[in-house]
Amino acid sequence: MAKSPATKPAKAKAPSASGDAIANRERPDTPVPYKASKEELLEFYKQMLLIRRFEEKAGQLYGLGLIGGFCHLYIGQEAVAIGLQSALTPGKDSVITGYRDHGHMLAYGIDPNIIMAELTGRAAGISRGKGGSMHMFSTEHKFYGGHGIVGAQVSLGAGLAFAHKYNNDGGVCLAYFGDGAANQGQVYESFNMAELWKLPIIFVIENNQYAMGTSVNRASAEDQLYRRGESFRIPGLQVDGMDVLAVRGAAEVALDWVRSGKGPILLEMKTYRYRGHSMSDPAKYRSREEVQSVREKSDPIDGCKDDLLAMGVKEDDLKAIEKEIRAIVNASAEFAEQAPEPELSELYTDVLVENY
Amino acid sequence: MAIELKMPALSPTMEEGTLAKWLVKEGDSVSSGDILAEIETDKATMEFEAVDEGTVSQILVAEGTDGVKVGTVIALISGHDEAAAPTPAAKAEPAAPAIEVPKPVVAAPKTAADPAVPAGTAMATVTVREALRDAMAEEMRADERIFVMGEEVAEYQGAYKVTQGLLEEFGPRRVIDTPITEYGFAGIGTGAAMGGLRPIIEFMTFNFAMQAIDHIINSAAKTNYMSGGQMRCPIVFRGPNGAAARVGAQHSQNYAPWYASVPGLIVISPYDAADAKGLLKAAIRCEDPVVFLENELMYGRSFEVPAIDDYVLPIGKARIVRDGRDVTIVSYSIGVGFSLDAAEKLAADGIDAEVIDLRTIRPLDKATILASLAKTNRLVVAEEGWATCSIGSEIAAICMEEGFDDLDAPVLRIANEDVPMPYAANLERAALINADKIVGGVRKLLGR
Repeated sequence: MAKSPATKPAKAKAPSASGDAIANRERPDTPVPYKASKEELLEFYKQMLLIRRFEEKAGQLYGLGLIGGFCHLYIGQEAVAIGLQSALTPGKDSVITGYRDHGHMLAYGIDPNIIMAELTGRAAGISRGKGGSMHMFSTEHKFYGGHGIVGAQVSLGAGLAFAHKYNNDGGVCLAYFGDGAANQGQVYESFNMAELWKLPIIFVIENNQYAMGTSVNRASAEDQLYRRGESFRIPGLQVDGMDVLAVRGAAEVALDWVRSGKGPILLEMKTYRYRGHSMSDPAKYRSREEVQSVREKSDPIDGCKDDLLAMGVKEDDLKAIEKEIRAIVNASAEFAEQAPEPELSELYTDVLVENY
Repeated sequence: MAIELKMPALSPTMEEGTLAKWLVKEGDSVSSGDILAEIETDKATMEFEAVDEGTVSQILVAEGTDGVKVGTVIALISGHDEAAAPTPAAKAEPAAPAIEVPKPVVAAPKTAADPAVPAGTAMATVTVREALRDAMAEEMRADERIFVMGEEVAEYQGAYKVTQGLLEEFGPRRVIDTPITEYGFAGIGTGAAMGGLRPIIEFMTFNFAMQAIDHIINSAAKTNYMSGGQMRCPIVFRGPNGAAARVGAQHSQNYAPWYASVPGLIVISPYDAADAKGLLKAAIRCEDPVVFLENELMYGRSFEVPAIDDYVLPIGKARIVRDGRDVTIVSYSIGVGFSLDAAEKLAADGIDAEVIDLRTIRPLDKATILASLAKTNRLVVAEEGWATCSIGSEIAAICMEEGFDDLDAPVLRIANEDVPMPYAANLERAALINADKIVGGVRKLLGR
């Protein structure tokens, strides 16, 4: 499996903690899938569906020329954001990510209208139309972006964790990055200081198998990315990122570890993106069959749906949710198309905070 | 034949020191590795070891002597084998300082008072180093969110001793030693600022900040704009900038033009101790990210600082440090000292130069520059750095675009030579700007 992630993209087997344990070093418990109530699982389903439909709509608007520039869709990875962020305490914990950020914002309950309006570059957008797809923030939700430089969010996230510790506010920072960013030098500089200073941070590698067009095994000498923190004494766990309950289970273990003052932890989420790296990527580096195979066997939303039906939820109820989500997404698209562009005077605002 | 023991240079910029203590006396026999004396610089006390074997025949500088110039013979050692070829015990730097450093200008004639200081204010003489430290300490006392982070800032007391005493007063929570990892701690500082703290990030030199420039520009400078004003980044990146002395090309660059080209950043580069204090305090309070460019050669220099409780200067205001009517010399940082020296030399020949210290590089105080140009009609920019794409280039463009009718001659850039900094003392001297080069430039401009 090590050298062929492309053929078995999302089959992450959780390694036993003891198998990787180094003698005399405490390890986190092996995560178990989260036991969600029917209501919780319905909520996860709803949120994942919102991300899926929102991103599909964003893809359409891009095709119509309403969204410009780079637009990186989260389709296929929904279980990661929902499984992790559902475990956080709003108002206390912070989240930071890279440029594939729409899903993480929706997972935090941020209004789809102002996210979509940012994508179309309108004044009503969350960054007043000045950030775009890659640069969105909500300090109100402690969502700190939205960063376009691969790997930068890892050091910045360590800084947010530093602030949590400095202020002794009990908060934890969740810092997402991809398998591509996992090869950036600053990630390891941050690992070192985060462990040295026992910063409250969960490093999350969303391993969607491809850094743009380069597969993990073509770019990474150690392609088992959950091991990447071990030389800094940061324990790592590999998690099936296509299963929202497995992700949430890992989030519980990680939060216990970090909140108890044991320092950072690394989660490798084995996941998959169905679309290209960005809207302009024809994705010639993998076969249609590979993508189809993941969709059919490991889709996080289909998996969740199967669990719900098994719990006795009726097909009609799920159809009603689907209808509700489509209405929200359509309304956000309409809002984003109708909202006016920023005033030209906005060009010069927010460069500096003060006047000199 | 006696071996001459000379006052050693214990750092690249040391010019003199105190012979604190002799650990040997005349008649003692010494061998290689024995500690002969303790020597104090402005930064540290260092032990001075014997290199050769022999007997201390004569001590020429008594212990407790201050201001012993590097290269001064402080003792003689007679070799055990008098026939042996004489080798100096300490291969000291040439007695001449490696680069020309201007004299303190505390009492420079015709110096205009800073508008922020009322006449009659009591003054204290402090070094630039102490002024910077005092600024940080005062602000840290007032605001719990402020912390200092960088390499050797805590237990070592600062690589250049700027953070001396801060660990003792504020403790390890707020004065934090980092590993050697500029990109990483610049990012951590920036993230902490986004998270509501007020970091002061020290770079041992701004040459090393090249490793971290992505966070300074892409993360710190741009986020407020990209977030539509939601996410502020009140952080100070500070440390020595520009050439020190004899440290070669990779440690001798002026980055002011690099940072000054970026909207979203404040760039400050003070010359004297009062400005260092007043502007660093302003920088720490500022809601915007600040790049604060110091100069290692200035750290040990003393100036008058107003003895005011809370001495804060406005960001973005240049200062006329010498009034004049014939020509304007615009400069910043160490270049201000060269410019003031040049103005004195020019005055001896009847040329009355006005000297402007920019203090803040971005935003640039165009009004002060243009008003001076309107008065003198001739302007040069003196800059310790390369001329290409420099602050001087920017000012020349501003003078053309907004002061064209006031120009009686082209704006001249007087700057370092367009080469990486060489190591050899004579080549380094030739590469750097100095007062004579400014005098030459002004004469050329005036045709006399």
